[in-house]
Amino acid sequence: MSELRVFIVDDETPARERLRELLGDIAPQIPTAVVGEARNGLEAVERVPASGAEVLLLDIQMPGMGGLELARHLARLEQPPAVIFVTAHDRHAVEAFELNALDYLLKPVRAERLAAALRKASAAGAPDAEKLARAADQVRESDGRAREYLAVSERNRILLVPVRDIVYLKAELKYVTLRTREREHLVEDSLIALEREFAERFVRIHRNCLVAKAAIRGFERAPGDDEVRWLVLLEGTDEKLPVSRRQWPMLRELAAEK
Amino acid sequence: MASIKQNEYPDVLPDFRNLGVIARILIAVNLIALAAVLYAAGGWAQTLDRFVQTAAFLEPLLLASLVLLYAASPLLARMAYLTGCATVLALVLVLAGATELLWLRNAAPPAPGLARILVLAALIVGLLIGYFRLLAKAYSPALSEARLQALQARIRPHFLFNSLNAVLALIRRDPKRAERALEDLSDLFRTLMSDGRQFVRLADEIALLERYASIEQLRLGERLRIVWELDTAPTDALLPPLVLQPLLENAVYHGVEPGTGAGEVVVHVERRGDRVLARIENPYHPEHQHRAGNRMALANIRERLQLFFDAEARLETGERDGRYRVEIEIPYRLRAPGRA
Repeated sequence: MSELRVFIVDDETPARERLRELLGDIAPQIPTAVVGEARNGLEAVERVPASGAEVLLLDIQMPGMGGLELARHLARLEQPPAVIFVTAHDRHAVEAFELNALDYLLKPVRAERLAAALRKASAAGAPDAEKLARAADQVRESDGRAREYLAVSERNRILLVPVRDIVYLKAELKYVTLRTREREHLVEDSLIALEREFAERFVRIHRNCLVAKAAIRGFERAPGDDEVRWLVLLEGTDEKLPVSRRQWPMLRELAAEK
Repeated sequence: MASIKQNEYPDVLPDFRNLGVIARILIAVNLIALAAVLYAAGGWAQTLDRFVQTAAFLEPLLLASLVLLYAASPLLARMAYLTGCATVLALVLVLAGATELLWLRNAAPPAPGLARILVLAALIVGLLIGYFRLLAKAYSPALSEARLQALQARIRPHFLFNSLNAVLALIRRDPKRAERALEDLSDLFRTLMSDGRQFVRLADEIALLERYASIEQLRLGERLRIVWELDTAPTDALLPPLVLQPLLENAVYHGVEPGTGAGEVVVHVERRGDRVLARIENPYHPEHQHRAGNRMALANIRERLQLFFDAEARLETGERDGRYRVEIEIPYRLRAPGRA
C-alpha cells in the first residue's frame, strides 16, 4: 500500500506535533506521509493545492478563517482532498457534522480513531460541497458568523476575495459576477445563498443583483421614459446599477437611515 | 490555599438580616399563636377576639425580638452554633420578661403571667431554631449543586481539552515540562473547585495567574505575550478567589486566540491609598466580543465582588484604540470581615 498524503492545519504548534506523533504511531496499520502543515486558513489555501494532499486534518477554531470555511474553499479545487475535522470542543460544529455525516475527531485525538477516520476518508474521498455548505449554514445559525472570503477557482488554485472588498454581486447566466474596486471574478455560489449568508452586509437592488450597503453613494433618476426608474451609484466603480420598482421603497428607507 | 470542604456544611444560625428569614419568623410565630387560640377558644367569633388580644401582647415582643436579633446578627454569626442558640434564647427570654412586666403596669387585657410567658417563648424559640436547622440541611445539596454548575461555567471546555492535548504533545519530547504543565493544571482546578466564599491573598491569585499563563503559553507559544506590571501590587491584600484569573482567560480567548499574529496582554495591579486597582487589557477583536462567554464571566465576577464588598467595589470595561480593558477597584483589606 502506498503512503497516504496528509496535510495538517492547526493554529497550535503542540496540536500539530501531537497529530504527527499519532500518525507515526499508526504507520504500521496505515502508512502516511505528512506533505505539509499550515497554521491558519490563509496559509492552507496557499499550500494545500501544490502539496498533492489526499487527506486534510483540519482544526475548526482558527484565527482569521475557521476550518469549516477553509474546507468550503478547498472543495473548489480540481482534485479536492478528503477532510477530517478536528475540534477540542465546538458543540455547534459537532452537531452540524453529525447532521451532515461529515467526519470529525475530538481533541485529544486517539490513535485508533485517527486510523479509522483516515481509512474511511481515503476510501470516501472529498466531502460533498453541498454538505459542507449546509453544515456551515447550520453553524452560522448558532454563532451568527458568515464567511470572511469568497473563493474563486483558477485552474488548480484558489483565489480568496475578502467579502468586505466586494462592491456588488450580480447573477449572470450560470455564474455570479463578483465586483471589487479592482476587478471582476466569477463565483459559483448562488445569489440566493449569498444574500442569506451576508444579509447584514448586502442589500438586494434587483432580482439579479446585491450591492454592499457600505458602498452605496446615492441614487439617480434614470434618463428617458415617462416611468420613474432609479439607478444606484456605488463607490469604487462608475457603473450605475438599475433598481427594481419592487426594491425601491426599501432602498429609499435605507438611504434615509444613512 | 484553602482546603476543599466538599459536602460539609456546619450548622449555622439563620441570617437575621435576611428578609426571607424575618418573614418566616413572623409568619411562623403568628401561625403558632393562631393554632393555640383556635384550640383554647370556644367558638369562631371568640377565636378572633382572643387572637386580637394575644396579638396585642405578642406583636410588640415579636418585633422587639426581631430588631434585637437584627442588631446582634454580626455578633451571633461569629459565635459557635450552640453558643449562638443559647444567646438567641437568652435575648428573647429577657425581652419576653420585660414585655410581661411593662404589660402589667399598663393593665390592658390580662397577660398570661411571667412563668408561662417564659416557657412559651422558650418553646417557640426552640421550635424555630430547629426549623431553620432543617431548612439549611434541605438547602445544602442545592448549594453544592449550584457550586458544581458554577464550576462548569468557569471551566471553558475549549481551554481544558486544548490544554490536555498540548500536554499530550509534550510527554514524549519534554517529559519534565509536561509534568510541570499537569501540576499547573491541577493547581488551577483545585482553585476552581475550592470554596468560592473564602477570601484569598492577592499573592495567591497572582500565583494562579502565572500558572494559568504558563499553560496557555504552552499552547499558543509566541502568539501570547503577557506584560506583568505587578511591582507595586499589594500582595497581602484580600480579595475573593478567581476574580483576576477569569479576566486573564477572557483576555487570551477573545484578544489573542482570534488573531493570527502575536497579541499582547497587560496585567496591571497596584495599590492606590486604601484601594486596590487591577487592570487587564488585550487586543480588541470586535467580531469576537459579542460571544456570551465574556459577558457571563464578567457578570459572575461583578456579582461576587458585590457579595464581598457591596457597593465598595467597581468593575468597568471599555474599548479604546483597538485595546479592550477591564478594570477592577476594591478596598484594600487585610482582614476578612465577620461574614463572607
